[in-house]
Amino acid sequence: MSYREAVRAAIREAMQRDPRVFLMGEDVGHYGGCYAVSKGLLEEFGPERIRDTPLSESAFTGAGIGAAMGGMRPIVEVMTCNFSLLSLDQIMNNAATIRHMSGGQFNVPLVIRMATGGGRQLAAQHSHSLEGWYAHIPGIRVLAPATIQDARSMLAPALKDPDPVLIFENALLYNATGEVDETVSVDIDSAAVRREGTDVSLITYGGSLWKAMQAAEELASESIAAEVLDLRVLRPLDERAILTSVSKTRRAVIVDEGWRSGSLAAEVITRIVEGAFWDLDGPPARVCSAEVPIPYARHLEEAALPSTDQIVAAVRHLLGK
Amino acid sequence: MPSLGADMEAGTLVEWLKRPGDTVRRGDIVAVVETEKGAIEVEIFEDGEVLELLVAEGVKVPVGTPLARIAGGVETPSPDAVPVPTPLPEIGLAPASTAAPPPARPAEVPTPAGTRVSPAARRFAAERGIDLAAIHGSGPGGAVIRADVERTSGQGPEKRHAGIDLSQMRRAIAAAMARSKREIPHYYLSHSFDAVAAKEAVERFNADQPPENRLLLGALLVKATALALRDFPEFNGFFAPDGFLPSKAIHVGVAIAIRGGGLAAPAIHDTDGLPLAELMSRMRDLVARVRRGGFRSSEIADPTVTISSLGDRGVEALLPVIYPPQVAIFGFGSLHDRPWIVDGKIAPRQIMTVTLAGDHRVSDGHRGALLLRRIDQLLQDPQKL
Repeated sequence: MSYREAVRAAIREAMQRDPRVFLMGEDVGHYGGCYAVSKGLLEEFGPERIRDTPLSESAFTGAGIGAAMGGMRPIVEVMTCNFSLLSLDQIMNNAATIRHMSGGQFNVPLVIRMATGGGRQLAAQHSHSLEGWYAHIPGIRVLAPATIQDARSMLAPALKDPDPVLIFENALLYNATGEVDETVSVDIDSAAVRREGTDVSLITYGGSLWKAMQAAEELASESIAAEVLDLRVLRPLDERAILTSVSKTRRAVIVDEGWRSGSLAAEVITRIVEGAFWDLDGPPARVCSAEVPIPYARHLEEAALPSTDQIVAAVRHLLGK
Repeated sequence: MPSLGADMEAGTLVEWLKRPGDTVRRGDIVAVVETEKGAIEVEIFEDGEVLELLVAEGVKVPVGTPLARIAGGVETPSPDAVPVPTPLPEIGLAPASTAAPPPARPAEVPTPAGTRVSPAARRFAAERGIDLAAIHGSGPGGAVIRADVERTSGQGPEKRHAGIDLSQMRRAIAAAMARSKREIPHYYLSHSFDAVAAKEAVERFNADQPPENRLLLGALLVKATALALRDFPEFNGFFAPDGFLPSKAIHVGVAIAIRGGGLAAPAIHDTDGLPLAELMSRMRDLVARVRRGGFRSSEIADPTVTISSLGDRGVEALLPVIYPPQVAIFGFGSLHDRPWIVDGKIAPRQIMTVTLAGDHRVSDGHRGALLLRRIDQLLQDPQKL
C-alpha cells in the first residue's frame, strides 16, 4: 500500500463509520485531490460528503470550523501548507481559541490535512515546511505521520479528538509504499523509536525520517549506532521520549526540514538542554533547511534541503570523527 | 582514615569488612580504602568490638578522620566528641608538599583551564568523586566525555569495584617523582661485583626444593642490603620538615612493576631479621597481592628505604629516583657475563652492578660507597645471610 492509498483508506474508513465525517477542499472531488489522495471518493460518497471548494482557504477552513462547532466532524484538506497561511487567521484566532473564548461552551473537533515539504521542484511558493509554526500554537494538536502505518492509522484518533488537529503529510512520501496492518490503532501523543542506537539520537519527523534512517544505516558501517526517534506528534512534543533517548545516547542531532532560526529543531534542542543537560557528551546539533526561499533549480533545491550526507557529517562532527 | 603515603591527604572508604558488633583483633583487615595508589586494605591496631561505623561506604574523608569506634581498645571517645566526618570533594592535583588540608568546596569538580568536559562526564565524575584532571579526553577537540571517565575510573555506570586504578597510580607516581627530583639533591654511586657466589648459593639451596619454595637471587640482594643498612643509619628513615628522622626498624620497600604500567614499592617489615626462606615467601606474596591491587595500609606507608631490582631481563644498571620522604634507593642491574680478574687471571664471571641514589641533605658519597662495598662483601659469603 502506498502512503497516498493509506491516507485514502483512512478517510474512507472514517466516512463509513461516522456519517458526521465529510471531506472538503480544493479539487478533492472531481479531480480526485491535488495529490490524488481522494481519488474515487466522490463516486463512493457523493458530492454532499466530498465537497469541492472555491480557491479560498480562509473561507472553507472557516466553514469547517463552523461545521465542527455545529456537530459535524469535518476533514478539511488544504492543498499545501504554503496556502494555509490564508487560513491561518481561522486556524489560530478561531479554531485554536474558541474553547477558551467560549469558556468551554464550544469546542472544534476539526481535522485539517495539508501537504508539506520540498524536493519536487515546485519552487518557493509550494515547497516550504511550516509545521513548526503551527506547533507554536496552543489549542491545536499537530501530527506528522512519516510511516505508511501512521498515515493509515493517525486519522481516526485525530477525528476523535474534541479539539482541532492538523496533519502534515510530506508530499514526497505519497508514493512511498509499505506494509500496513489495518487492525492497528495508534496514539497521537507519543514519539516512536524507529531504530535503536547508543551513540547519538537522530530526532526527526515526517519526510526527514527516511533521510535519518538512511544516515543511521551509513553510520552503522562506521560502527556508530544511531538511534532514530520519530517525533510523530509535533505539538504537544513527547518530551519524555526525547529526553529518554538523549539521556541514553548523550548526543543529539535534530533533523528538521523547517528553516533553522526559530525552528521546531530549536525547540527540541531547548527541551534537551533544559531537561538533559547533565547527560550530554556534546552540544546538540541540527540539520535544517538553508534559510532561503526553497529554490526551483534541482541542484539548488537539493543543496537547500536536509540531506543524508549532512546528517552523517553532523554526527561525525559531534563524535569528533 | 590512615595516612597511606606521605602525600596522601584523603581517601575514599570503598568497603567495610566489619560491622557493628563484630569482634576485631589487632592485624585484622577491617576496611578497604581507595587512594591514588589503588585500593588498600586497612588493618586495625586494637583488639575490641566494633561499636559504630562513622564513615559510610563511598565517602571520601581527609586523613585523620575517625572511621569507626571500637570498644575495649584504647579509651573510647564519647560519641559527642567524635566529629561528624564531612565528605571531601576532589581537588585538583594535590601539591606535593602537603602543606595545608584541602579547602572545603562545593561539589563541583574543577578541571585544568582549557580542558573541555562534557556535562555528562562532569556529573558522572562528581557523583563518584573522580578527579577529572587526570583524565584524557577522547571527544571532539580532546573534550572529556562520559566514556573517558568510565574507562579511566575503571567503573561502569553500575558499581565501583576495588582494584588498581592505573591512571590514578601514574598520577601518584608523577607527583612523587617530580617532588623527589625537585626537592632532593640526589647523588649516585655505582659498584660492580662478582655475583657468582650468591648465584651458586641460590642454586644449591634450590636443588632439593619444590618450585614453590625456591629462592630467587633477589631475596639475597634484599637481605644483604637490609643487613648492610644496620651500620649505615643515615640511609634508612625519612626526611621530615625538621630534618632527618632515622628509623631503627629496617622496612625495605620492594619495587614491583604492575602489568599495564604502574609501580608500587610496599614494605617487607623488619627485612633484616627475616630468614631467607621467609623473606622469599613474603616477597612472593607481596608481588601477587600488588598485581591484583591488594596492599595493606601498613605496607604502603612504612618503607624506610627502597630497592629496585631489574631481574633477569633488564640491563646492566639503573639510576633510581628516591621515593620521598625516604632518603635512599638501591638499584640492582641484571647479571651479565663479563671478563673479570680473579686471582690475577682473566676469568669469565657473572657480574652485577648495584647503584645507590642518596639524599645529599642527609648522607655523603663516602659513606654511600662504604655501604655498597658492604653489600658486595655480604653477598660474597651468602651462607651468612
